[in-house]
Amino acid sequence: MKYIDEFNDPDLARRLLDEIRATVTRPWALMEVCGGQTHSIIRHGIDQLLPDEVELIHGPGCPVCVTPLDVIDKALEIAARPDVIFCSFGDMLRVPGTDRDLFRVKGEGGDVRVVYSPLDALELARRHPDRQVVFFAIGFETTAPANAMAVHQARRLALDNFSLLVSHVRVPPAIEAIMTAPSCRVQGFLAAGHVCSVMGTAEYPELAERHRVPLVVTGFEPLDILEGIRRAVHQLERGEHRLENAYPRAVREQGNPAALRMIEEVFEVADRNWRGIGPIPASGWRLTDAFRAYDAEHRFDVTGIRTEEPAVCRAGEILQGLIKPTQCEAFGKACTPRTPLGATMVSNEGACAAYYLYRRMTDTPAQQGSRIPREEMNPVG
Amino acid sequence: MADLATEATEATAPVVDPTNWTCPAPLRDQPVVVMGHGGGGALSAELIEQVFAPAYGNPTLAALTDSAVLGLGGARLAFSTDSYVVRPLFFPGGSLGDLAVNGTVNDLAMSGARPAYLSTAFILEEGVELAVVERVAWAVGAAAEAAGVIVATGDTKVVESGHGDGVYVTTAGVGLVPDGVDIRPQRARPGDAVIVSGPIGLHGVAIMSVREGLEFGVEITSDTAPLADLVAEMLAVTKDVHVLRDPTRGGLGASLNEIARASGTGVRLSERAVPVPDEVANACGFLGLDPLYVANEGRLVAFVPPEHADAVLAAMRAHPQGAGAARIGECVAEHPGMVVVSTGLGGTRVVDLPLGEQLPRIC
Repeated sequence: MKYIDEFNDPDLARRLLDEIRATVTRPWALMEVCGGQTHSIIRHGIDQLLPDEVELIHGPGCPVCVTPLDVIDKALEIAARPDVIFCSFGDMLRVPGTDRDLFRVKGEGGDVRVVYSPLDALELARRHPDRQVVFFAIGFETTAPANAMAVHQARRLALDNFSLLVSHVRVPPAIEAIMTAPSCRVQGFLAAGHVCSVMGTAEYPELAERHRVPLVVTGFEPLDILEGIRRAVHQLERGEHRLENAYPRAVREQGNPAALRMIEEVFEVADRNWRGIGPIPASGWRLTDAFRAYDAEHRFDVTGIRTEEPAVCRAGEILQGLIKPTQCEAFGKACTPRTPLGATMVSNEGACAAYYLYRRMTDTPAQQGSRIPREEMNPVG
Repeated sequence: MADLATEATEATAPVVDPTNWTCPAPLRDQPVVVMGHGGGGALSAELIEQVFAPAYGNPTLAALTDSAVLGLGGARLAFSTDSYVVRPLFFPGGSLGDLAVNGTVNDLAMSGARPAYLSTAFILEEGVELAVVERVAWAVGAAAEAAGVIVATGDTKVVESGHGDGVYVTTAGVGLVPDGVDIRPQRARPGDAVIVSGPIGLHGVAIMSVREGLEFGVEITSDTAPLADLVAEMLAVTKDVHVLRDPTRGGLGASLNEIARASGTGVRLSERAVPVPDEVANACGFLGLDPLYVANEGRLVAFVPPEHADAVLAAMRAHPQGAGAARIGECVAEHPGMVVVSTGLGGTRVVDLPLGEQLPRIC
């Protein structure tokens, strides 16, 4: 596909890798913020190709992984109601709440539907005026504009049977939280390209300056990621710490003005709980008072649901880059995509799932048989 | 929300303490049937192992092949059954009727059999237009003629409105396995060439494009087709084809995992050698799906001894159903039970058995 294949070229990838190798002189730990980037890194085996000095730490940028348990429980409660059509992005269906997941609610008769856009949910509300249609509005700055648009349209069309269960989070406060943690090992960030395509880059120079950390806006194809790594390593080796945009084909400094206007109209900044990190001030969005009538938590009176999260797995440390998935005792044994202990294993974008799907052979000895030395795994034929 | 916000505001600084965070208890087993039980992945396998096999398991069933091969009066009979619940009933490139014939014919062909007779059982929902049933019936007839099989017996049931989804069809089929042919997943051997008969993912993407109302710019048509003729051409080169599988639900990834596990061998694929049509790659990229797990209805994957691989591949390419055949990898002694892909950039990744249905990613 044009503008995709060009960024997957093995010869250009080798040249970027050579440049990184020629630049690096000592160990550096970089965090890719976005789960989509984690997925791409593991799917293409990019981390295997990097010099040993460059370590990639997987960040908290998987929206499924950081959605708190009590929000999942609220979703399950609402979805089970007979008057509700509950609409969600696909990978939220497998996230376990306290005692069940959306698949189970669906199996027990709940009307749970996978949609590809909140506007699809809005269309369902238009076609089913006798039902309550709820869209599970999770995600980072990337999904916020379309969710805002859905509510904006609902009001314009007077669709009173539409509402959002909102759990929106923002990247810059998460970077702030990670950098101020005493255990922080991150020395440079690959900032999430699609978040910046919406929001622009204005929030980042100050973060880079204050924490003396390079921030490189990075895309998602293999060459995008290698270019982001190359620039971050270059800055680190020269003792620099500034914002760079390595994804200019999608990201402008001012972001997407139309999307920003829509977010501003519908959402206001709010404190949020992050699964794996805890409460972070001003780290998310909620509907403004003007749109509070479209807030599913109020409409269905589930604001009282509070869930204690029992200690089971180490997803919190994984989300903060403190350990690799394979360093968790449960990885691949008690915890698999079939029986996830943590949300990092549930979503395709979650670091554990990416490791399980693509890497467990090299990183977990005796998982299925003998450990395979990397050099044995050459391309076929 | 208000409560949560209030509580969070009281925190004066981000509390980043990894020990304060936890995750929910696991959902070990679903007590009800979920859609993933029909997805052809790990959940389907568990359903068979935990529910059906204990109830009526036997050595013949335990082989878990696409079709059972039975000794009967000196002949070797291949026998298979499958139910078809596709929605919509008619889609680009085919229909429920085509699938109901080709799916069962292909299951028979995957043991090397020449399919001969089919049964059909229609479950009709009260209120469905007869014209629709008629269209499905004629599609069955046309597909049977094209596949060279005779529909020898049938049944019809009607369920009340709301208790079905229009039309469901179950077919069963029998065919004769030629002498000297022994094709089953347990026969995969290190060194075997892994050959796929054509581009993958077309059926699954075609169904998604109409079911979900997604448009990908070009019409993508299902690959549904009968494969018994193609198999006969392959067996004319050598009867020593080790394994055949039609990668339907769960796609090529699930089929290769099943073969690796049944035979105790590993499979290595070269990502660049796997034929993925641009339109399938684009749709999968858009939805966050992996083409290796997308369903096919007119493709097979073969494990062939290396000395016969070139000749079998040439015979496949000379047949209309195998024109796009490609050698995509090999069977290896290493990493038994696992499928490993070398990526275009030179890295590697494991292709695991999918759980159930693939879930579109959020972004």
